[in-house]
Amino acid sequence: MNAAVIRKAFFRSIPVMSGYIVLGMGFGILLRNAGYGVLWAFAMSLTIYAGSMQFVGVSLISGAAGLLTTALTTLMVNARHLFYGISMIGRYRDAGKYKPYLIFALTDETYSLLCDGIVPAEDPNLYRFLVSLFDQIYWILGSVLGSLLGTVLPFSTEGIEFSMTALFIASLTDQWRKKGSRIPALAGLGCTALCLLVFGKEKFLIPSMLLITTVLTLPRRRKGAEA
Amino acid sequence: MNTHAALLVGVMAVVTALLRFLPFLIFRKQTPPYIVYLGEVLPPAIMGMLVIYCLKDTVFTQAPFGLPEVMASLMVVGLHCWKKNALLSILSGTAIYMLLIQVVF
Repeated sequence: MNAAVIRKAFFRSIPVMSGYIVLGMGFGILLRNAGYGVLWAFAMSLTIYAGSMQFVGVSLISGAAGLLTTALTTLMVNARHLFYGISMIGRYRDAGKYKPYLIFALTDETYSLLCDGIVPAEDPNLYRFLVSLFDQIYWILGSVLGSLLGTVLPFSTEGIEFSMTALFIASLTDQWRKKGSRIPALAGLGCTALCLLVFGKEKFLIPSMLLITTVLTLPRRRKGAEA
Repeated sequence: MNTHAALLVGVMAVVTALLRFLPFLIFRKQTPPYIVYLGEVLPPAIMGMLVIYCLKDTVFTQAPFGLPEVMASLMVVGLHCWKKNALLSILSGTAIYMLLIQVVF
């Protein structure tokens, strides 16, 4: 192990540290409030390791959702990871023994740290591996802390679940500023609201996903000319 | 109940890993235009869907008429446009929401 590479990777990961610890704690508290303790928090952060999905997962688990609903929800919530992968195919090609973990640990935040392709000349794959690893350590640490401390915090955690809503609203606000994303954003909001009204809050997610994909696929043929 | 929960965790872990590994397994040479297109339009649409999903239990027809949710959400949007700091927006919005439902309403 090379100390300089470790140091560089650590400094690179600092922006993610506070966010992952705080959001991880929110997840741990939420999961504990739903009746699942520290081992569950640890296991989910270790094996799933996808922030928004784990928040959604709390309600899937506590509502005893079906396997198909869970699989489809995961598919839709995490579909964006396909595209992170697509853009990293070239960079991770020669990562050798680190490659499986690099791919497994490619979260939104880790992607945002590594997608610029700026890596030290010496041992770039160790650097990528360590940045990915540090990020997951922060996330696991946060969720375990939240689960353990959630019950002894000196204030009521009622309403902490809004951190998930806030996370998605902040991401949506980011997306909204990108060119060409307003129609998809409105389609997502509109189709889901419509399906919630029509199908009720127990089973509106799958119809929403189908409707969103259909609505977004339709205008694609017309787009050819303007693009 | 715990067996089912563990199964769900397993499903989430496997599907998530599958999504992360799939591009490396299939799109080695070329990415079909439809997939590239979905890659551009799905992220904002899915975020919109998730926002509605999170707010699905909000009741607008009786007091407090969803006011805590609406106020905290607007706070997140406003702060996020102003400071562009995700952590700050999320923490402040959550703190305001907790304050609103625990103390004000």
